[in-house]
Amino acid sequence: MIISVASGKGGTGKTTIAVNLALSLKNVQFIDCDVEEPNAHLFLKPRIFERIPAYIPIPEVAEDKCDCCGTCQDVCAFNSIAVLPGGIQKDGTVLIFSHLCHGCGACAYLCPRDAIHEIKKTIGIVEKGFSDGIQFVHGKLNIGEAMSPPLIRQVKQHIDPMKSVIIDAPPGTSCPVIESVKGTDYCILVTEPTPFGLNDLILAVEMLKTVGVPFGIILNRYDIGDDCVDLYARENGIPVLMKIPFDRGIASLYSKGLPIIGYKSEYDSEFKKLPGKINTLIKKAKFDT
Amino acid sequence: MKQIVIISGKGGTGKTVLTASLASLAKEKVMVDCDVDAADLHLLLNPSVKERFEFRSGQTAQLDREKCCECGECIDMCRFDAIGKDFVIDPVSCEGCGLCSRICRYGAVRMEENISGEWFISDTRYGPFVHARLGIAEDNSGKLVSVVRQAAKDIAEKEQKSCILIDGPPGIGCPVIAAITDTDLAVIVTEPTVSGIHDMLRVIDMTGHFQIPARVVINKFDLNLENSEKITEICASRNIEIVGRIPFSAEVSRSLVKAVPFVEYTHDDVTEEIISIWHKMEFIIEEKKSRT
Ligand code: SF4
Ligand code: SF4
Repeated sequence: MIISVASGKGGTGKTTIAVNLALSLKNVQFIDCDVEEPNAHLFLKPRIFERIPAYIPIPEVAEDKCDCCGTCQDVCAFNSIAVLPGGIQKDGTVLIFSHLCHGCGACAYLCPRDAIHEIKKTIGIVEKGFSDGIQFVHGKLNIGEAMSPPLIRQVKQHIDPMKSVIIDAPPGTSCPVIESVKGTDYCILVTEPTPFGLNDLILAVEMLKTVGVPFGIILNRYDIGDDCVDLYARENGIPVLMKIPFDRGIASLYSKGLPIIGYKSEYDSEFKKLPGKINTLIKKAKFDT
Repeated sequence: MKQIVIISGKGGTGKTVLTASLASLAKEKVMVDCDVDAADLHLLLNPSVKERFEFRSGQTAQLDREKCCECGECIDMCRFDAIGKDFVIDPVSCEGCGLCSRICRYGAVRMEENISGEWFISDTRYGPFVHARLGIAEDNSGKLVSVVRQAAKDIAEKEQKSCILIDGPPGIGCPVIAAITDTDLAVIVTEPTVSGIHDMLRVIDMTGHFQIPARVVINKFDLNLENSEKITEICASRNIEIVGRIPFSAEVSRSLVKAVPFVEYTHDDVTEEIISIWHKMEFIIEEKKSRT
């Protein structure tokens, strides 16, 4: 079972839910896909035993073979190549803007002179570790690097299907989030009962429908706002899996990088019940389609 | 004209709440919401849309089953696993690189332009506001950010506004880079939690990497004084001024429910601190102006 934890709006408690759910499960693997701002390691404190650099392939031009025909510039859909044709006095050159490159390989494959080969560019690192029996994997995007989806794909390659897998997704609803939740069996959307929470929840719901992952809601700090999220969930038949009150104790644990499980036992049973609930909902979703 | 961007690295630290209040305090400005995939600022500024634009960007491959001979070459070549064994293209996975359409010997793959969202120019009580809505499961949020920022710049120049207030997206990836490029000041909103500190450090490194002057605001600083102290030390060691320490207040959520900028909702110590933050920001921009 692979469960992803996402939220349209950031700071709603996504990592808290993911971490504590992992701590309530047995034989579990935790995958932090928020490669721009990974946080779960601050709570799980894994011992890292393996670091794997993550690359994307980018083109490199062999000047001696290149005759500046311009094909690569034409085929690149992402404007990452500019060919400056030579003149009588000077040679032409090919400029490569590697931060725009998606690593699709079109230029290398389609170059008529076979002048382009691909080299590896480091975009970040994948780290694997252990934390109290939990297998841990996360990625860290290098500062200044724009493209997180390729790194997320590389993090997800380490998923162990024999375990219960918890995926912590980045906030928002665009490409990095989709890359993270894609292929998971269920997605928990964590939100809070404010107009911001609702607005971003609706966007996240639309996104999950497009990707085709069944989902439910965890309402965090349910007593700080109004009942807008409850009403929305009821009207749209979205299950509310759990409600957590605003609790200064939780906020304080969070601020120190401590989980709820093991520190505030009153929430233990709720978290323990979650996997069972989700399992039933996954079966129901499969049955419905 | 000066451009100020409010960012945070970590989501939910109070970036948009602060931006809306600054919008209420600042004069002669244009506002932009660059958090295009989870835009919230409009909920507080109550805009009336004046103009609407389609955001076209990128392409998606379309496979014509009539022409397709199922040779499978496209499946092997696509690096994004977007073409299934059944020759169905998954539009969400397709990056729109076009390689498949170029190599298909039967001309069965066509590239179609995406309409990946919408953007708007609106009127608000606080002045012109440019915002956007990225389509569901669409790509290219960075490009959309650049589009709305350019529109805001054009308006600011035309109407001779002295500043642009930018509500940035969370993270450090492509939309964030697009939101901070060429700005005059980045205000980083953080909170005194281990995650807040961790993410702030990455954002500080990022603004440093792109040479954008940065200042820090600690939101809910009194929720963990020890961590707030740590943030103060970190900022001191990096030579980054802390321009505000906003106390925690349950009133903030209530102001959201009422959908008004906090400084208009009530007058308490939070309001005072936000006003003082704005004065400091004004001073920084003025100083920069007189130097250039
Ligand atoms: S690999 Fe693809 S994206 Fe990168 S430069 Fe070549 S054509 Fe452009
Ligand atoms: S356009 Fe590129 S990403 Fe899309 S299906 Fe074709 S080869 Fe794959």
